Amino acid sequence: MSVVTDLLQQVVEGLGSGAVYASLALALVLIHRFTGIVNFAQGELAMLSTYVAWQLVASGMPFWLALPVTLAVSFAGGMLVERLVIRPVQGAPELTVVIVTVGLFIFVNALAGLVWSFTVKDFPQPFPDGGLYLAGVRLDWSTLGMIAVVAVVMGLLYLLFQHTSIGLVMRAVAGNPASARLSGIRVGRVLMLGWGLAATVGAVSGVLVAPVLFLEPNMMGGVLVYAFAAATLGGFDSPVGAVVGGLFVGVAETLTGAYVDVIGADLKVGVPLVIILAVLLVRPQGLFGRAAVERA
Amino acid sequence: MRKTTAWRAAAVAAAALLTATACGTQRGHDDQDTAAGGACKGQQTTGITDKTITLGGIYPLSGPASAYGTISKGVAAYFRYVDDKGGIDGRKVRFIVRDDGYQPPKAVEEARRLVEQEKVFAVFQTLGTPSTAAVWDYLNQQKVPQPFVATGASAWGTDAKHPWTIGWQPSYVAEARVYAKYLKEARPKARVAVLYQNDDFGKDLLGGFEKAVAGSGIKVVAKESYEVTDPSVSAQMASLARSRADVLLDVTTPKFGSQALAADARNTRWNPLHIVNNVASSTAVLQPVGFKNVQGVVSATYFKDPADPRWANDPEMKTYTSALHKYAPDADPANQFNAYGWAVASSLHQALDTMKCPTREGLRDAVRHLKDVKVGLLLPGVTMSTGPGDAFPLETMQLMRFKGQRWQLFGKPVDTRKEFGPPAE
Repeated sequence: MSVVTDLLQQVVEGLGSGAVYASLALALVLIHRFTGIVNFAQGELAMLSTYVAWQLVASGMPFWLALPVTLAVSFAGGMLVERLVIRPVQGAPELTVVIVTVGLFIFVNALAGLVWSFTVKDFPQPFPDGGLYLAGVRLDWSTLGMIAVVAVVMGLLYLLFQHTSIGLVMRAVAGNPASARLSGIRVGRVLMLGWGLAATVGAVSGVLVAPVLFLEPNMMGGVLVYAFAAATLGGFDSPVGAVVGGLFVGVAETLTGAYVDVIGADLKVGVPLVIILAVLLVRPQGLFGRAAVERA
Repeated sequence: MRKTTAWRAAAVAAAALLTATACGTQRGHDDQDTAAGGACKGQQTTGITDKTITLGGIYPLSGPASAYGTISKGVAAYFRYVDDKGGIDGRKVRFIVRDDGYQPPKAVEEARRLVEQEKVFAVFQTLGTPSTAAVWDYLNQQKVPQPFVATGASAWGTDAKHPWTIGWQPSYVAEARVYAKYLKEARPKARVAVLYQNDDFGKDLLGGFEKAVAGSGIKVVAKESYEVTDPSVSAQMASLARSRADVLLDVTTPKFGSQALAADARNTRWNPLHIVNNVASSTAVLQPVGFKNVQGVVSATYFKDPADPRWANDPEMKTYTSALHKYAPDADPANQFNAYGWAVASSLHQALDTMKCPTREGLRDAVRHLKDVKVGLLLPGVTMSTGPGDAFPLETMQLMRFKGQRWQLFGKPVDTRKEFGPPAE
């Protein structure tokens, strides 16, 4: 194996983990666009959705039927969470809402452990086994499939944000809920929709990563940190940014782990944190994000 | 170690003196609850009477490591079974189980409650290296025995400052030695890649392996570590694959074990002999990967697998299965952790039987003077032995290879102390 194929193989591995981060970052971006908050429980909700899918498949439902059912359940579940858990603290300082999502994180994690135990579950792989070799570099079908699905979700979100009236409405709600309400927008409904859609995108993420990471209640805990790095890098309001950010974080992490001896595998967990810090210092709105303009 | 020996010599001398002068005094005349009589005068009798013995265990019944929590069910079932047969030397066992959620600070809190409120005779067991390390200073200060902790760190046997604590299962170093010996015979020129968890557990096993192969034709050509917070080990596996090593030593905990086995199976261009360490060798780890993907994987063990039909007619296995059905109906007898609990509890029973004094000191000394003690659920050829300079009860393991749907033992049990000498600190 030459040095170049070696490097390319590492890049492919990086893109594989990057797609995992990007998929969850998309859900983070979505909910941020809709509601203006950062949802720490996003990963855990995705994990819970994945358990729903697992339970359906385990009870005999074919995967391609279980998937839409899971997405529908997640959508409803996300809306319910907004209505029951988030609505009561709506209007409270941002910190309060963030802390509520952290509480939700812990609750959902413990709940999944209680119901499904912490034993590792195998999740059916929707993509075929194996892969193809391109110039000596191995590309797993699962990696390619994951990147394709992430790209499709990204495209759909972009269309939703930029080319639909609901996109406009939700920007209004995120930007100024009071004015939005005065101009006749039903803010509560929009927020519920935002949580529902984010939970659905999160469910896609969970179902995509579960065959690779193996399903257990802490599956998304590690992913969340990287997804935050991805969203920060790309900009918290840009789906394209989330995906580019995710892929970049994945590749950067893999390459530094493999080639920078000082960092090695021991310190590569620090890579996303360095990225978050650097972005916040240099370009707080992220690569693709728009800087928030506030009236003085 | 020297300190302990001196202490013990003094104790023996004092005991001899006391027997000469105060023979016949069955009970200490001071506080009956904290002192024994006769040769055992002055020793602690907290938590033990002629009728009962109180033990406290701290297990992760909740949280990320809660799969291990079921060990406490195997232990409790054993004690209830023994109680119904008359108890341990006539004493009924009160076994109090506490949950630490695998969090060291919580373990400390629970240990204090067990010692100060429940007044336990001994803390049997603490589970996991972090929780055990968190409570052993306290228990040793309080002079409370902490026998047979459920972790394989070699520190429990090499440390001289904590005479009240002792391990039970073969240490990670002993396990590493078994793999080293196997490779020396089967692949004397092996080039080994190692995936390990970046903590005491991973480093203990890796260090033991590197020492055991030093000077042989076996070379460790690549090492990659991961953090328990990492989402996956696939990047590490890709790096290891670059080494083209012909053996992969996989030192992981369950989820990462599944990930590493799956990554190995996915990569059809790299097919090393995959050695997965005992911690990640349960069927619960292999099954999600798919049995067809883990054929020929090698590991090591020391007790009888309740799922292995080879032991179906084993007398102790039969007792275990029927007792578990009776006393712990919600626990699955085929689960290896329940069998582990049963085996370690019956080991403690045997150690309690050899106590010279029914005191905390008596138990502390008994677990350090075990001589070829046979335990029903341990593999044939595996016995408990300790003595001066040897605080490792079990040091023998046997290799196993995955075939079909279960592990199959192969080779002879390897006594690592005989092969490699005592583990160094």
